[in-house]
Amino acid sequence: MRVKSILVAAAFAAALAASAAAAPIKIAVIMPSATTDAAFSQSMFGALLAIQKAQGGESAIVIKYTENMFNVPDAAAAIRDYASSGFDIVIAHGSQYGSSIQEIAKDFPKVTFAWGTDVNTYGLPNVYAYTAAAEQGGYVNGVLAAKLTKSKKIGVTGPIEVGDAKTYIDGFVQGVASVDKSITVSKTWTGSFSDVALMAAAAKTHIASGADELTGSSQSVVGSIGAAKDSGGVLWFGTQADQASLAPALVVASQVYDWTGMLKDILAKRKTGVLGGVAYTLTLVNGGLKIAYNPLYKLAAAVKAAGDAAATGIAKGTIKVNP
Amino acid sequence: MRGFLSWNVLSGILNTMIGLATPFLYAALGETFAQSSGVVNLGVDGIMLLSAFAAFYVALTTLSLALGLLAAALVGLAMGLIMSFVSVTLKAEQGVSGIGLYMFGLGMSSLLFKVLIGTVKTVEGFKPIAIPFLSKIPFVGPILFHNDILTYGAFLLVPASWWVLEKTSLGLKIKAVGQNPAAADSVGIGVGRVRYLSVCIGAVLAGVAGASLSIAQLNLFQDNLTAGQGFIAVALVYFGGWRPVGVLAGALLFSVANSFQLWIQVLGVKIPSSVAVMLPYLLTILALTVTANRARQPAALNKPFERGES
Amino acid sequence: MMRPKFDWAKVALNVLLPVAGVFAALFVGAAMLLALRVNPFTAYAALFNGAVGSKFGLTQSLVKATPLLLVGSGICIAFRANVINIGGEGQIIVGALMGAWVPLTFPAWPGWALIPLTCVMGFLAGGAWGFVPGILKARLRVNEILSTIMMNAIALQLMNLLLQGPMMDPEGIARGTFLAQSAQLPKQAWLARLVPQTLLHSGAIIAVVLAFAAYLLLWKTTIGYGIRAVGLNPDASRYSGIKVSFYQALSLTLAGGFAGLAGAIEVIGVQHRLMEGLTSGYGFTGIVAALLGGLHPLGVIPASVVFGGLLVGADKMQRATQVPSSLVTAILGIIVLFVSGAALWSRRWTAQRLVRQGLAAERLESGGER
Repeated sequence: MRVKSILVAAAFAAALAASAAAAPIKIAVIMPSATTDAAFSQSMFGALLAIQKAQGGESAIVIKYTENMFNVPDAAAAIRDYASSGFDIVIAHGSQYGSSIQEIAKDFPKVTFAWGTDVNTYGLPNVYAYTAAAEQGGYVNGVLAAKLTKSKKIGVTGPIEVGDAKTYIDGFVQGVASVDKSITVSKTWTGSFSDVALMAAAAKTHIASGADELTGSSQSVVGSIGAAKDSGGVLWFGTQADQASLAPALVVASQVYDWTGMLKDILAKRKTGVLGGVAYTLTLVNGGLKIAYNPLYKLAAAVKAAGDAAATGIAKGTIKVNP
Repeated sequence: MRGFLSWNVLSGILNTMIGLATPFLYAALGETFAQSSGVVNLGVDGIMLLSAFAAFYVALTTLSLALGLLAAALVGLAMGLIMSFVSVTLKAEQGVSGIGLYMFGLGMSSLLFKVLIGTVKTVEGFKPIAIPFLSKIPFVGPILFHNDILTYGAFLLVPASWWVLEKTSLGLKIKAVGQNPAAADSVGIGVGRVRYLSVCIGAVLAGVAGASLSIAQLNLFQDNLTAGQGFIAVALVYFGGWRPVGVLAGALLFSVANSFQLWIQVLGVKIPSSVAVMLPYLLTILALTVTANRARQPAALNKPFERGES
Repeated sequence: MMRPKFDWAKVALNVLLPVAGVFAALFVGAAMLLALRVNPFTAYAALFNGAVGSKFGLTQSLVKATPLLLVGSGICIAFRANVINIGGEGQIIVGALMGAWVPLTFPAWPGWALIPLTCVMGFLAGGAWGFVPGILKARLRVNEILSTIMMNAIALQLMNLLLQGPMMDPEGIARGTFLAQSAQLPKQAWLARLVPQTLLHSGAIIAVVLAFAAYLLLWKTTIGYGIRAVGLNPDASRYSGIKVSFYQALSLTLAGGFAGLAGAIEVIGVQHRLMEGLTSGYGFTGIVAALLGGLHPLGVIPASVVFGGLLVGADKMQRATQVPSSLVTAILGIIVLFVSGAALWSRRWTAQRLVRQGLAAERLESGGER
């Protein structure tokens, strides 16, 4: 009898001690594609893992994810489920989830919802919206590309002309034109975000027509990068993620989406009781967008300076990039 | 349209066409074998995906492209055995079991990719090999005779398939089983065995098609790498009238149209990109209405065979 | 010879076999879960819980079942004529295009006019998308697998064309986000929600009504008789003057119409706007639902609910165990393989039973003469 009561007391004490430590923050993220897509979804997922590591690992932040949610009602079910399962922050990382957020956030006033890419918080106090000013990095990449091209022909391999694929490419074209209007920028759209073979064929077509540089957007651009690599000399400018590892000798720079600043801010705000109401935009100014220069590519100092000047100009507002 | 019809552009179109046609040729010629014996395999895309992953993973870890190719063929064989078992032995509704195989291949390839690799990586795949003398022929040389070994294989497969189907006893058996399994059975041809064999041949070739993507053309693996090419390949079998030459024509038509529409976009012709992307599919349907293929569909196509039934 | 009016034993077998197939596949799935170091019991408990364990789960299963039922009923019609309709994806898309275009073009119309018009236009658009492969098959003997695959791709690019251009949400353009979606539909075009705080909408009722309509069409009308005759024995049908190609084309058109309606209803019932990715593979999973339902429209009703529940539960399983979603896809593929393979035993059993019945009847007749 005595042994049993000691054991009970010990267990009780242990439980008390455990609960005295701060409960980890639970973050759930829902994404429309795979976490391995080397683009949109991976950028957010990677940022969450980085924040988790920086703040102390699983005991500080618990992350649960659901990927490949291209079906909107399924995503709505996931959002609602995570919200009602005690999660503190639910991130709906896809523009198609907007109306679901609008409906569901009202039912869970204590949960923080974040969604993107868009700027609409629906006037709800517990909703954040976020987007990336992809056209800014596009402009800088365009300036760099214009300075480096010898054939005066640049190829753009895009998926579908929507969203940040469109804004990035529009910015890129503007950046090229700001340096030299005689450079031809040719655009192809494959009509799919996932058709890698067609993207590679598009890239090969650009190269065969004389382009000596390529850029593009979406998870399928890995095909274009491969084509650039096969050609032996065609340079690549990337976006959404650092793509240097895919063609170490040929990637000049990539615009990287860094969501960690925004995530840190959301976490900090939550501690003060603010659950939403802000629309974040990743820009070159606030560090959400970074130009990651590939260290393995020897970039001429003058060219880099031009790129930096463009970035500064955009940050100051002297250069206006229209998406 | 200035400069559109220059030799440079034309050779560029044909060059891209060859590359695009390669996976279609392997998968569609393989499916021709299966369908000639009476089995529709809609799971070709799933086989291509899982084999593409297998080839990539083996090539990545062993640094041997030959082993990668072998892995793709073996995975194709395994999937072929599954399909044969379900469709021939269990006599399942073939259209549906094919879709199940596709979902299985799609899911397994993504799952293994995530668990075993986890991020997009590249390999050094099969490189183009220039055939001496022939590759120096002006215009035609660089297009036809400067390709990687899997591309050469795909085109050589056309006469090889024709020869097997038309000139060997195996081919005769396959076609007999596809036309009239009851009659074939009565003269002692093992219908089930022939169908197993033809489905597996088709599946192995679909596996090679997958390898041609992951370790020759694109040199990487990503989720849903094939993006539905396997289904197009199945469609091409019907287009080609179950003849290898017809399948070649279909693969080339579809690929050249795709290549053409990309050139239209690159050259800045003012057509909405979505319309350009539609071109290969519209052209295929148009070609069907014009050629009005009267080719004999294997009479027993999509009908499981049960001794005692007619 | 006596023939029972309703063969309960056969129905029971047709129900049990798919169920057995599902369980066998889940068993294989358990092995895969173990390989990923996930407890299969927790996983499958989550699956069950997700499907039926909450009000939201149940309604969500019905939400998913709606397009499955519509597409599946259409597939039944096509299958009865021995035509495989894999054009569902394209037919859903053009139906969805109508589902958005009609309300956006007539925003001032009242709901009682707008909703039926939208549904009809969705059905017609899908029907047209099924008609093209149908007429190609009837007139030019073009195989429907080939033509429907092409039509799927064309429909997808048509939607891209519209979403990148004339149908892009003006708000998205104004805000500079350029999202791949249309403007939100006027509220009177939205289908009523049946249960608050869930996504269940009146489209579910429309789907059930149409499943019954498909049943009545197939078994209570001359057209339906023609479709089934053509499917069971095309040669005999030709002999007795039934135009085989006409009924094949008709069945493809009807199947397309059902899928088109599914697309339109998804737009006005769930998302309230046209969005990229809306088909979610229903063109294929609808075929699976039809199979699970024994290729009978009334059977597809429970089958689509069960299958919808399976899909919803699988999502819950993924959230609870954090297994990759691709595992779920693989397990679904195994389920389809097993269930389609299980049908053999049903046919064998039925054939043997008919033989036994025939022998018994013979004995009865000859016994009377003793």
